[in-house]
Amino acid sequence: MIRRLLLWLPFALGAVLFAAFWAGLHHPDDHVIASKMVGQALPDFETRTAMQGQGAPRAAQFHGGKPRLLNVFASWCVPCAQEGQMLMRLKAAGAQIDGVAVHDTQADLARFLAENGNPYASVGLDIDGRAQMALGSTGVPETFVVDGQGRIVHQQIGAVTEADMPTLLAKLGIRP
Amino acid sequence: MNRISASLATLMLLAATPVAGLDYADESLPDPQQEAKAVQLMDSLRCVVCQGQPISGSNAGLAGDMRRLVRERIAAGDSPEQVRAWLVNRYGDWISFQPQVKPATAPLWLIPLLAVLAGSWLASRRLVHRKR
Repeated sequence: MIRRLLLWLPFALGAVLFAAFWAGLHHPDDHVIASKMVGQALPDFETRTAMQGQGAPRAAQFHGGKPRLLNVFASWCVPCAQEGQMLMRLKAAGAQIDGVAVHDTQADLARFLAENGNPYASVGLDIDGRAQMALGSTGVPETFVVDGQGRIVHQQIGAVTEADMPTLLAKLGIRP
Repeated sequence: MNRISASLATLMLLAATPVAGLDYADESLPDPQQEAKAVQLMDSLRCVVCQGQPISGSNAGLAGDMRRLVRERIAAGDSPEQVRAWLVNRYGDWISFQPQVKPATAPLWLIPLLAVLAGSWLASRRLVHRKR
């Protein structure tokens, strides 16, 4: 009896493998890649000053004791324009938001901010995507919450919407 | 005077651009050995934008940034595995097509080994039976 069952074992294993491959084929292979930097110290990143009279954001500024936002965006990015009003509301609620503009130019950025409003305390130009890679960011827009000790505590992937506001405000320690 | 300072500024701008304007996102390193190392690494790194492709074959902007990063780090003397580790620390194991050896991935190496052992044990038993 046991020998009979043993004879069927390879067939059963084959069937299980087949089912696994079949399921894998029909499961869209599209992962959201969250940054592994969440929970770690905000890495040093270098950007160029985007607006005259303002410095570029630096990691060292994020140790002030108060949670802050670091928004990765670009003037050429449509959802970034859409999340503008949400960022303005966060700013109005008392959040400090700094921006990293990826693959952008001063002129395009100035036009973008004039059209969509400027919620940023400072913006840095990330010409080569170096700051974006240092943060483990895969696209725009993304928003990082950095606690007062310079540690990344949250990553929002994609545009900030109404539904994300309570989470972001809570992480910032702001009562709605 | 203004003209002179303008042309001086142009000259300085030209001097500030990298040698011969090489952008390592799309151009080879001058040292063929380093370039070979860089290409081998780029072939085994996943583009995080178009995820089926390695960064060596992707047109995504971020893939270009990663190629530039890989070439610059290798030119600066980093080993390919150091560069891979830097990226894995930020984007996770998913970015590398080459699985890392660690407890969670051990079955990848152990299962084939176990299968061969079990198979040869089964085969040897059958052969012994036949001889009788």
